[in-house]
Amino acid sequence: MKNAIGVEIPEYIEGLGKLEPFQGVWKSIIEDEVPSTNISRTLKAKKPHVSKLCKNLEEAIKRCKPFDGMTVTCHHHLRGGDGVLMQAIKILDEMGIKDITLASSSLTSAHDGLVPYVEKGMITRIFTSGIRGALGDAISVGKLKYPAIIHSHGGRVRDFLTGRIKPDLSVLAASAADEEGNATGAHGPSAFGSMGYADIDARYSRNVIIVTDNLVEYPCVPCTVRQHFIDYVVKVDSIGDATKIASGTTRITNSPMDLRIARIAATVIEHSGLFKNGMSFQVGAGGASLAVAKFLREDMKRKNIIGSFMIGGVTSYGVDMLNEGLFHSIFDVQSFDAAVSTSVLNNPNHIEISCDQYANPNNCGSMTNKLDVVVLGALEVDVDFNVNVITGSSGEIRGASGGHSDTASGANLTVVVCPAFRGRLPIVKDRVHTVVTPGESVDVIVTERGVCVNPAKPNLAAKLKEAGVQVVDIRDLKEEVEKMTGVPAEKQLGDQIVGLVEYRDGTIIDVIYNVKNLS
Amino acid sequence: MVKKKRRSMLYIPGNNPAMIQQAGVYGCDAVLLDLEDAVALNQKDAARILVRNMLKTVNFYDTEVCVRVNNFHTPFGLTDLEEIVPLQPDNIRFPKTETVADVKEFMKEVRRIEKEHGIKNPTMTIHVMIETAKGVANVYDIAAADPRIDAITIGGQDLTADMGIIKTPDGVGIDYARKRIVMAGKANDLDVLDTIFADVNDDEGLREETEYIKKIGFAGKALINPRQVDVVHDVFNPTENEVRKAYRVYSEFIKNKKAGIGVFAIDGKMVDAPVVQRAITVLEYAKIDLKEIEKNAG
Repeated sequence: MKNAIGVEIPEYIEGLGKLEPFQGVWKSIIEDEVPSTNISRTLKAKKPHVSKLCKNLEEAIKRCKPFDGMTVTCHHHLRGGDGVLMQAIKILDEMGIKDITLASSSLTSAHDGLVPYVEKGMITRIFTSGIRGALGDAISVGKLKYPAIIHSHGGRVRDFLTGRIKPDLSVLAASAADEEGNATGAHGPSAFGSMGYADIDARYSRNVIIVTDNLVEYPCVPCTVRQHFIDYVVKVDSIGDATKIASGTTRITNSPMDLRIARIAATVIEHSGLFKNGMSFQVGAGGASLAVAKFLREDMKRKNIIGSFMIGGVTSYGVDMLNEGLFHSIFDVQSFDAAVSTSVLNNPNHIEISCDQYANPNNCGSMTNKLDVVVLGALEVDVDFNVNVITGSSGEIRGASGGHSDTASGANLTVVVCPAFRGRLPIVKDRVHTVVTPGESVDVIVTERGVCVNPAKPNLAAKLKEAGVQVVDIRDLKEEVEKMTGVPAEKQLGDQIVGLVEYRDGTIIDVIYNVKNLS
Repeated sequence: MVKKKRRSMLYIPGNNPAMIQQAGVYGCDAVLLDLEDAVALNQKDAARILVRNMLKTVNFYDTEVCVRVNNFHTPFGLTDLEEIVPLQPDNIRFPKTETVADVKEFMKEVRRIEKEHGIKNPTMTIHVMIETAKGVANVYDIAAADPRIDAITIGGQDLTADMGIIKTPDGVGIDYARKRIVMAGKANDLDVLDTIFADVNDDEGLREETEYIKKIGFAGKALINPRQVDVVHDVFNPTENEVRKAYRVYSEFIKNKKAGIGVFAIDGKMVDAPVVQRAITVLEYAKIDLKEIEKNAG
């Protein structure tokens, strides 16, 4: 069956079940209508004054009675420094547990060590928002038994609530916790900020273990994750590589090209009609995206604009803007660097939120639905404004869906920033290799060689032209770039489906096939 | 005719293909593809070939393209001209110009090459670069030495070296040279362009220096990093108030002209031809169509 963007979707995949094709950004999300399946919270009980403390993670996992075919979840708030997920998988493997579904909120370079477990069938399914490095390569060549499911951040919450992901065991790292499992990421030696993703696992998993390197006296205050959801608590020497968990403060790029693209993007925002008091804003942490914040900050000061809120992955740069009074508040689901933790802890206007509140399409208060402007990156874009943030130039899985499609769907203005070409590779394609965010939800693509406005937004194009922005037809831009770079050769793909990109409403928007020759 | 803006002229080493390829998108008014000081001796041939090919193929959009060739007294100068002149970039920059004879010798070769290539109406203009005490001394004659010269520029690094002084942040050592070169340029209706600001991380210092050189009459400044473009443009761009004032001056000028009045007053201040000319310059920088103002004033 074909979905709304013309991708052939299998009706059924062994090990994953029946699939629904993507129908359009808002087709299956209808106000006041509750999805047909809806799980309830796990019933738990604990007798008075019984300790939850376990001597080590192995004991805690044993007490959760692991079984073959179970679903294990973790969070990715420790970024590239995470040491907890690998510990948990190693223990489960030593216990002989097989056929595990791993449902970590994202997987980073810290998880390259999962490859052997995938190869031997200990892990057979993966649900996540991002896969990188050696694990991405292994999945791309077909080593995972069933196709990996790439969901969005909001889609993950929805998958929990509909039972598509049924977590049996959640192992959640915290930078401070007490004996009952009240836990936080905002303080302690390994502080990493918000625990917005982990909060969902804590609420909906059958068994929850808090792992901390910093067991504090009861009660742990302030805390994010609350004790009544927590089964066991483990004190460990380390939850990971502190230098990679607390990665200092975010710096704005020095790359002239990224800065140029960012400058143009900020000008687009300024003339979009949304640049006014009360504006809400989200920006990514990388290269050109974050640099947009630098120029927006200057423009806001110049025009005396005070924004309402920023959301999303929060950088120290965003915190600086909050402290300067350029925004009233920050809603923080994930903190990108160490400097943010202090703000989460001390600033009442820096509000930690769960991923449910951030981006779940099936609630009635998702922050992404209140967003004015979002600036997002891209690995590739196409003439229909579709965006790929998951597969690389050989077709390999090497990125993250994250909140890309969530924010794009909700924001009044979705700005995608990317260079027109990287090295010798054109970035504007006839069709991106993998659609993560549909063009229907993308308004503007900003490159150094011109700004492309979605034809569905003629008024926006007119406003930008009037402001002197160089608006170009995306097909003309593609042609111009291909004159310089040529057209890359076709990717060498097989016919095995190795990944499915799940849109935030649970439908399938694209299919990833195995790569034959991964260089 | 509206004069081209030359607020920012970005140096790009002639042997850096990635930067040349992107030259048209940095947002600067002009790029200077450099075959001279930015290129090591053993890279001179490679740079020349690269710049030659890039001039043929790269889209520089509206950015003015200047090529700085090597001085005539080096083994590379003439070969540079042989390769570059036939392609007629917007301008060629001639470094270390010291005498009128230098200009004459250089232009003789330029014209010979153009003739050999059948270029009957050459569009390429010449920028002379003053980088020695001797050049500063002769600058009035140099500026008038050939009608194809349309800009004159100071090379601060070489000039301080030639003078045996250290270039200080306050620029005091080259201040006389700057002002003398400006006056020579103005006397011949040439754009006068300032030297580079070397510290790419010091935006405040760049701003301060640019504000100064704008005040003493420079039309723009050479840059060594695209990150410097915004600061320089910000200094050279008129403020909203300046634009409003200029709009009013020009509008009143058109109305009075129709009534046959040459000199008039706005808010008690005399407006005469120089004031109108300054207003026109501001409006051109702000990309405001003079014809629209004329229509509205009518």
